[in-house]
Amino acid sequence: MAARRRARRNPGRILLRTVAGAVFVFLMLPLVVVFPISFSAGSYLRFPPPGFSLQWYERYWNDPIWIDATIRSLQVGAATTVLALLIGIPLAFGLTRARFPARTAIEQSMSAPMIVPHIVLSIAIYGLFSHLGLIGEWYGIAIAHTVLALPFVVIVLVAGLRNFDVNLELAARGMGASRLTAIRRVTLPMVAPSVYSAAFLAFITSFDELVVAMFLSGANMTLPKKMFDNILTEIEPTVAAVSALKIMFIGLLLLLSLRFRKGSDTPMTH
Amino acid sequence: MDKGADLTVAGIHKRYGQVRALSDVSLTVSAGEFLTILGPSGSGKTTLLKVVAGFETPDEGDVRVGGRDVTDLDPAQRNMGMVFQNYALFPHLTVERNVAFPLEMRGTPKAEIRTRVAEALAMVELTGFEQRLPRQLSGGQQQRVALARAIVFRPTLLLLDEPFGALDRKLREAMQLEVRRLQQRLGLTTLFITHDQEEALVMSDRIAVMDSGRLEQVGRPRDIYDAPASPLVADFVGESNILSGTMEAGGSVRLADGTAIRVTGEGPAAAPGAKVRILLRPERLGDAGDQPGAENQIAGTVVEAIYLGLSDKYRVRTAGGVELLARIGASRTARQYRAGEPITVGFHAADARIIEVR
Repeated sequence: MAARRRARRNPGRILLRTVAGAVFVFLMLPLVVVFPISFSAGSYLRFPPPGFSLQWYERYWNDPIWIDATIRSLQVGAATTVLALLIGIPLAFGLTRARFPARTAIEQSMSAPMIVPHIVLSIAIYGLFSHLGLIGEWYGIAIAHTVLALPFVVIVLVAGLRNFDVNLELAARGMGASRLTAIRRVTLPMVAPSVYSAAFLAFITSFDELVVAMFLSGANMTLPKKMFDNILTEIEPTVAAVSALKIMFIGLLLLLSLRFRKGSDTPMTH
Repeated sequence: MDKGADLTVAGIHKRYGQVRALSDVSLTVSAGEFLTILGPSGSGKTTLLKVVAGFETPDEGDVRVGGRDVTDLDPAQRNMGMVFQNYALFPHLTVERNVAFPLEMRGTPKAEIRTRVAEALAMVELTGFEQRLPRQLSGGQQQRVALARAIVFRPTLLLLDEPFGALDRKLREAMQLEVRRLQQRLGLTTLFITHDQEEALVMSDRIAVMDSGRLEQVGRPRDIYDAPASPLVADFVGESNILSGTMEAGGSVRLADGTAIRVTGEGPAAAPGAKVRILLRPERLGDAGDQPGAENQIAGTVVEAIYLGLSDKYRVRTAGGVELLARIGASRTARQYRAGEPITVGFHAADARIIEVR
């Protein structure tokens, strides 16, 4: 009892709480500004807004350029997620299960796209894609985004697979399951939480990506590119409305992925 | 249910890089027999099990089940039931789905799956637990589910990889007897892996003692205990005093400290002058006063006295500096010794046996 009371008064603990609180406020403050501005009745980015209306949401909804950019971004994001998982899942299996000479080297170089500045990567990809005629195509951006998303996907999946008890897969095979059936029926359901996390990370990596998209999208803009252009050319609260929508959408995805994770939340080992 | 098939492994070699995991292992388990592979960790016993199950391919040698060569078959096609060390129950499936898994893999019709799962669960006394998840069960119950899952598809062979390691002593003893009963009832040929010699003695029809990738001795529990083929087996199975000495004419062995002891237990013949090692089980050593007719008596001092309930265990140092373990059974008349007290231990010549001649 005495030890507990002392722990509560511990100055370290108070300091920790204060710092954590400050960080939380700092991170959340933009939301407090963005949401009111998006409902602004005025025609400038001004805070606090002079009055409230839905005009900027209407503006967004009725502008085909905004809507096209949104659809394109969703498309690119979805394609990136699928591609990154298709490549990342087998890669993660190889890195955790197989024994081959360059395994560690490959695993370490996996994070290269995270280290190389996006602008360098973008110029390189731009050079390559202009030869291939992929500039301005949504799937060109998806391919480039896959490169960016892959490290996240592989890191998350490798961690998940390392936690997985391989004996479960052996047990399944001993009971008559082929290698693939064992993976499908036992391994994947067990590492599903990691797969959901990886998918979510891949999607937001693409959905929020600006630099690569600036080089590759040409006239067919993605949403971040359109937002960037909008801020450059006309300073008006549509961009706040779009930001608010984006935040809510990502928040929803996050909730969903947490929900999925919970649904299949099972201990990995005994 | 069907009788199990016999298992033969012949001339198995397996290496991992420089490490010889298995060297020329040959073994036959007859149909319905319970054979235990006993060995310390790293002895190769788990590798041998994996070779039989098909999870490892041997470098040389074959595995035959019921006369059929299965060496190159995928584990899925071998029809062997296996219980893993940590049970390897699928945590995301209910007890029922876990036990149904091998049947689903074989395309058994749904109605039949249901009855056979119910049968298997009844056999391990887990009826009523169908809808639980493995994490909602105790260790012993998980163990039973793993067992039900391993026998539900009527395997030709049952493989058990140290299945009782995680259970507490009482439960382990209960499960040992239960598994043994079930195995005998179903007539399942069983290969059991353990490092626990007591468990091996309790459960097995025969024991194969393994060390450093080789089989040291294969035999019935009593033979392994009473007539170990080497000092290593003697040391690993049960407690032992292993004494080195020189053979003398007339069936005596002179120890390094000069004591001569008479040795008439069965064992390899040794010519006078040969260096031999003899085995003396601690429970055959007694207080000399309680051992009428014992040909051998050695005086010494108690170095350590340990009370074990059923018996007292003494570490005795003889006048010549040899250390002996003696286990003296608890009886109303048995005298208790304390560390530092003098003691004279006695044993019959027939209870000392030569186990190595060099």
